[in-house]
Amino acid sequence: MTGLMAKLIAKRKMMTSLKPLKLTSMLASPTKMIKTACVTALASFSLFFAVFQLATSSDVFISTSLKALGLGSIYALIALGYALIFKATQTINFAQGALASAGALFLTFLVADEHIPFTTIDNPINLIGGPAWVGWALNVAVALIFAAALGLVVEVVAIRPMVGQPLFAVAVITLGLEIVLRVFNNDATETTFRSLETPWGASSFNVGETSVSWSSIAAIVTAAIAFVSVYLFYRSQFGIAMRAVAFDQEAAMAQGVNVGQVFAVAWCIGSVLAAVGGIFATQPPVSRNFAVTADTANIAFRALPAVILGGLDSVTGALVGGIIVGIAEVFAGQYASQHNEWLGSGYQLIVPYVVMLIGLLVKPYGLFGTPEIRRV
Amino acid sequence: MAVTSFRRPVTSFRRPLLHTCYTQDTQIFPTWQQKASCFAFIAVLVLLPFDIPVISQIPVIRFLGDEDWLHPVTETLVFAIAALGLNILSGVAGQVSLGHAFFMGVGACTAAYLGGNPTDVTWGHSLPVWVWLPLSGLSAAIIGMVVAPVAIRLRGLYLAVATLGLVFLGIHLSYTSWGRKIAGVPEQGRRAPSLDIRIWKDDRTLLNLEDDSRWLWFDVSDQQKRYLFFLMITVALAFISKNLIRTRTGRALQAIRDRDIAASVMGVHELRYKLVAFGLSSFYGGIAGALFVCLSGDTGRVLVQQFDLFMSVELIAILLIGGVGTTAGPLIGAFFVLLTPKFVEKSTQWLEKAEDSTFGFLSRAILTEGDDFGVINTSVQTPGWSLSVYDWNVVFYGVLIVVFLIVEPLGLVGIWTRIRNYWKQWPFSY
Repeated sequence: MTGLMAKLIAKRKMMTSLKPLKLTSMLASPTKMIKTACVTALASFSLFFAVFQLATSSDVFISTSLKALGLGSIYALIALGYALIFKATQTINFAQGALASAGALFLTFLVADEHIPFTTIDNPINLIGGPAWVGWALNVAVALIFAAALGLVVEVVAIRPMVGQPLFAVAVITLGLEIVLRVFNNDATETTFRSLETPWGASSFNVGETSVSWSSIAAIVTAAIAFVSVYLFYRSQFGIAMRAVAFDQEAAMAQGVNVGQVFAVAWCIGSVLAAVGGIFATQPPVSRNFAVTADTANIAFRALPAVILGGLDSVTGALVGGIIVGIAEVFAGQYASQHNEWLGSGYQLIVPYVVMLIGLLVKPYGLFGTPEIRRV
Repeated sequence: MAVTSFRRPVTSFRRPLLHTCYTQDTQIFPTWQQKASCFAFIAVLVLLPFDIPVISQIPVIRFLGDEDWLHPVTETLVFAIAALGLNILSGVAGQVSLGHAFFMGVGACTAAYLGGNPTDVTWGHSLPVWVWLPLSGLSAAIIGMVVAPVAIRLRGLYLAVATLGLVFLGIHLSYTSWGRKIAGVPEQGRRAPSLDIRIWKDDRTLLNLEDDSRWLWFDVSDQQKRYLFFLMITVALAFISKNLIRTRTGRALQAIRDRDIAASVMGVHELRYKLVAFGLSSFYGGIAGALFVCLSGDTGRVLVQQFDLFMSVELIAILLIGGVGTTAGPLIGAFFVLLTPKFVEKSTQWLEKAEDSTFGFLSRAILTEGDDFGVINTSVQTPGWSLSVYDWNVVFYGVLIVVFLIVEPLGLVGIWTRIRNYWKQWPFSY
């Protein structure tokens, strides 16, 4: 199996490798010249803007950057879930928002209601002594296990029967699942306040005269952990099997990879990442509710431009796309707020989609996505 | 074969499948029986709201023409128009779109801008319906054709998400300072334009569509008039879309759907025909959006927030449940998707009333007020388990999408075709 994998990986690297930047190839045709000019203009503007802001009001710039990185990390986390699921089952999981909301709800059941989800059994973790954050971490672990189970159920019930069907049909199935799951989520959140306690809570630290909430830093750390562990996981035996399935299902099957198992694990991981994103969606860079509401599920639709911009089948793309989109959103919200009147309030929520549309014009398969090879 | 196409068509009662020339092969109604039944069906639809002795006793007609059923039936017509448009883009030309609600919103806003009355917070021109209805379709078509060159670079799921972006963008545009002038205050909207037919702005009303009146021997309410008006537009647009599929344009679109590279090799201009597909589908969407805001007559409001992702999904659901790529599919699908929730709701109300009758056991088994075992909660507040009937309808609708895609990808039209083919060959298996 390793021999075949080595070949596949080498071939893939050849297909997706970045070509060295050469001025001659960058100015080869009118379209390329326009693209090069636009990219250069954008890069020099960003650089100038950053230097100017650092020189004049560095506090605001640094705190905005931290917020942007925090939001970008949350987007990257959810985008990673999208990308892993797309790599395995070739579909966008539109139910990611409902899974995120459900994952956060599992945590509120454990933390706020103090019982195991779907039952009336008391949560045994709360009986354990010790520092508060240990109990909280255990609660998160249990909630994520429930989230993984939910992802597994969704995969087995709705996605597995659709293997080999048109891609869009599978995507619409996930839309149907989103609708169904959202009803149950909203039913849980509409009358009771589902508070979600985190160790860092609403606290923040000061950068000069501006403040940054600790949840942004927590999001950055979590995203870093998630991406490093996915990177390591992809180097394990099962990770290689997953990549083989992503590359060519039939060839992987012929080599003895259990494709069904790979699908299931991908959906579990995707669901867990969505749940983590859902927990962060109740915290400052996204909202100030500190509770799961009907809006929590929208975080996934806000993160969708990230994965499209980065390229649907790329883990690197999820990270880069998430950060770009997060930076664009927070910086637009911070530095264009005097135009609030004609841009309309809440314009920053649209910025990710605008960035995505512009990005798709330049690269139709995202920054790191593999172009689909089509035969006549 | 060239000779056969010039031959006089041979019509045979006993051999309806015998086609001797191409015109015969591409007819909308291959047999006179189909033509007759279609026109009979349209006639029944026209007579639906009226209380005509025999016709109003036909089982389904009996309740669909009622006062409280006529509003959802009219809504069905609007969604049928929008789904016909989506069918041209997704079913015939094969470009998946999650952004059809955006084009409906464009149509609605154009209607509000041209047909609405100016106030101190909104713009308006109080133009008559024959101006704003075609123009709302046209403006949506123009925006659709602006989007098309962007969309031509994208494929599959990338295109789906890009068009999804349009929906969010469109709703946000109504929050901007100029968008507010067109769409009204966010979350409150503005008054829907008037459907009354008049020659120009302040001329005498030729045909009043917002008051009860008496036509011939019938009392017609405003809802019934709107139904008839919408029905007229739906039938016309359905015939246009059916006709489109069998023209040169329709064949080009289908060629692009089946394999776009092969189509362009054969000389089908890809960009031009994708422009046509986007334009036409958005035209239908715009008309549907303009009519959608007029559903409730003078109490109706233009609310841009209604044209969201959920509406796009609803249109896709109509298409998939009805049958993709056919003209009958969107019509049947709209009927099924929009009237099923109403049916469930009505049955629940009936069960609630029937608690003491013969069917009381059913009522006790299914309904609950939150305290006993039961699935549908009938009390006003329904926290926790046992959802209200409205929530169940949404769940049912989501499950319907999933089940239809897994079990019957061809939709209701596919089921019908299978039944028909079975009886055509009966008692032989093939």
